[in-house]
Amino acid sequence: MTQWNNNFPDSRFELEVPDPLKTDEYVLNMGPQHPSTHGVLRVVLKTDGEIVESATPYIGYLHRTFEKHAEHMTWPQVVPYVDRMDYLASMNNALGYALAVEKLAGIEVNERAQYLRVIVAELNRIASHLVFFGTFGLDLGAFTPFLYGFREREMILDLFEEISGGRLLYNYIWIGGVAWDAPDGWLEKVIKFCDYFEPKIKEYNDLLTFNKIFIDRTAGIGVIPEDLAINYGLSGPTLRGSGVNFDLRKNDPYGIYDRFNFNVCVGDGTRGVVGDSWNRYWVRILEMVESTKIVRQAVEQIPDGDAKETVPKNVRVPAGEIYFRTETPRGELGYYIVSDGGKNPVRVKVRAPAFSNLSVLPAVAPGTMVADLVAILGSLDIVLGEIDR
Amino acid sequence: MSELQALRDNILFTTLDDLLSWARSGSPWAITFGLACCAIEMMATGASRFDLDRHGMFFRPSPRQSDVMIVSGTVTIKMAPLLRRLYEQMPEPKYVISMGSCANSGGPYWQYGYHVLKGVDKIVPVDVYVPGCPPRPEALIHGIMELKEKIKKERILSKIG
Amino acid sequence: MEAKEIFKKLQDQFGEAVQELNDEVMQPYIKIAPDKTNEIAQFLRDEEDLQFDYLMCLSGLDLGENLGVVYHLYSMKLKHKIVLKTEVSKEKPDVHTVANIWRTADWHEREAYDLLGINFVNHPDLRRILLPDDWEGHPLRKDYKPQKSWHGIPVTLDSEEEENDAVEQ
Repeated sequence: MTQWNNNFPDSRFELEVPDPLKTDEYVLNMGPQHPSTHGVLRVVLKTDGEIVESATPYIGYLHRTFEKHAEHMTWPQVVPYVDRMDYLASMNNALGYALAVEKLAGIEVNERAQYLRVIVAELNRIASHLVFFGTFGLDLGAFTPFLYGFREREMILDLFEEISGGRLLYNYIWIGGVAWDAPDGWLEKVIKFCDYFEPKIKEYNDLLTFNKIFIDRTAGIGVIPEDLAINYGLSGPTLRGSGVNFDLRKNDPYGIYDRFNFNVCVGDGTRGVVGDSWNRYWVRILEMVESTKIVRQAVEQIPDGDAKETVPKNVRVPAGEIYFRTETPRGELGYYIVSDGGKNPVRVKVRAPAFSNLSVLPAVAPGTMVADLVAILGSLDIVLGEIDR
Repeated sequence: MSELQALRDNILFTTLDDLLSWARSGSPWAITFGLACCAIEMMATGASRFDLDRHGMFFRPSPRQSDVMIVSGTVTIKMAPLLRRLYEQMPEPKYVISMGSCANSGGPYWQYGYHVLKGVDKIVPVDVYVPGCPPRPEALIHGIMELKEKIKKERILSKIG
Repeated sequence: MEAKEIFKKLQDQFGEAVQELNDEVMQPYIKIAPDKTNEIAQFLRDEEDLQFDYLMCLSGLDLGENLGVVYHLYSMKLKHKIVLKTEVSKEKPDVHTVANIWRTADWHEREAYDLLGINFVNHPDLRRILLPDDWEGHPLRKDYKPQKSWHGIPVTLDSEEEENDAVEQ
């Protein structure tokens, strides 16, 4: 029996503590409705004091049964549901589906439509990364980046509203083309936005990226080594943050991405170590610059002509199957589509990037603090609509 | 100056009921209940351009501190009991805004959505329905103003007595 | 490496378990036996000139009488792809897990179990992942009928109509 050695003169504070000091693990339930889980995710933590011993994610709180719907819808009718999966990057989702069906059916797309697709997809990537920038700041207790990120995002949404009519879900990219051509003067507005946006990156860096507190909270936190990242099937900025130079737009080009000149951004350890939360964040900031580059080139090269889709609305796809993957803001979005030649797809399985990205959480969480777990979760940039589908 | 003086000496007659309802309608605090796509529009409503704060509305992370629950997005069967529990944890008087088609009726998932609740009004009473998939921030603000109108017309004291 | 060579290599190693190659379709696939998936996956990942270190996708399928599992593999180092397929009967849907080879497969297999009822033998933690634990049936099977209610919450629209009718009467 040991006495707690303290300096209080009052004997009331002399506690008797059994030896050895027995501690117990504590089970903490985070979510499914929690401000820092990016949607309805539930994580059950086992903690030893402030240290996380294990973290188990429970998903399915937003399981909207996309794959069942796809089996009941005609080929073009699936597009609106595809939009609602990753609602931060609807254009990218629809692009992947349209390209997959087109490849399976052997449909040719007008040149102008292809360029319009790239422009909207890259603008959507910027918009998605801006939401990440804002919410990641919120997770770590910084409210201002949220307001800055949404300020610029609203401008992109204005552009989208003009071209498609929707603010968040667009139904703009269709099988065989796009819904309609860009209105007059739209492309000039896109360039104007790029001119406005590029200097803002510096503002973000001053505000958050190189902020001392932010670096302390994220650098060296949640390090995912390269081989672990590949084994867990991570993709997109989460994979590149671990130093893997892999971007489907470069390594497995689809559409017309091979015509553009851009860099693949990889976590370089400017701060912290490669594979930590800060580097995952950094990759996304760099990617916004690259996306504006692609947008500029696309606007420069875009030919005149017809942009409307060339296929009928009741398009039929010959029997066969395909796995087609594209790079969305979150990573490798794959569609495994099976057709029997009928009106409906037989099966549309979605390989959601965030689904695999989140599955790495139990592997990196042990040993971190509870507050660090929020930083790791934020840096994975998950969208539950896509994970649960 | 004298007019201002006169204004300062004015007396207003009202009932306590009216005064209470008017005061309560000023700042309904909302529990953050982002579920799906609509949550992003709800965030946009709270962010720079639309700025919900000017309507006296703040997002609270706890049901104990909130008056309004904005159900923004698809409610699934798995989520339904949790939504109900959070609703029950809110103090009276409490209000629910159902935002978007999914929360109103199941939205695009009404037919084959085996795991989607066909409208949040199956489990909690709803005061205002905001249509849209997703509704624009302006539509949500309109819904909030409608709710304020509703609160203004309430007679709490007469209800008790 | 081309699909033909991969098929040849696998057949030399595993014989009967590697059933057939179909390279007339857009993406050639190799059909394998469901009880040898683990060994074949290990071989594909570790062999020097295969090195399939990235499991792109694992999908479950309802093929009518049978259930199928499709693996889409990619090699980050050698940049080649291959598709594996396996089939099991609905009465005994046992496929050996590959979750210990590629950790991605862990959640994907749980999803296939949840939605299609494919039983992955030796999986470390085979629970439902999307639906609640006590859900009835596997929704992506073609003959699936949703349950009427779950703990008193109406699931289908007609279940509620029936309830209303009962109240009215």
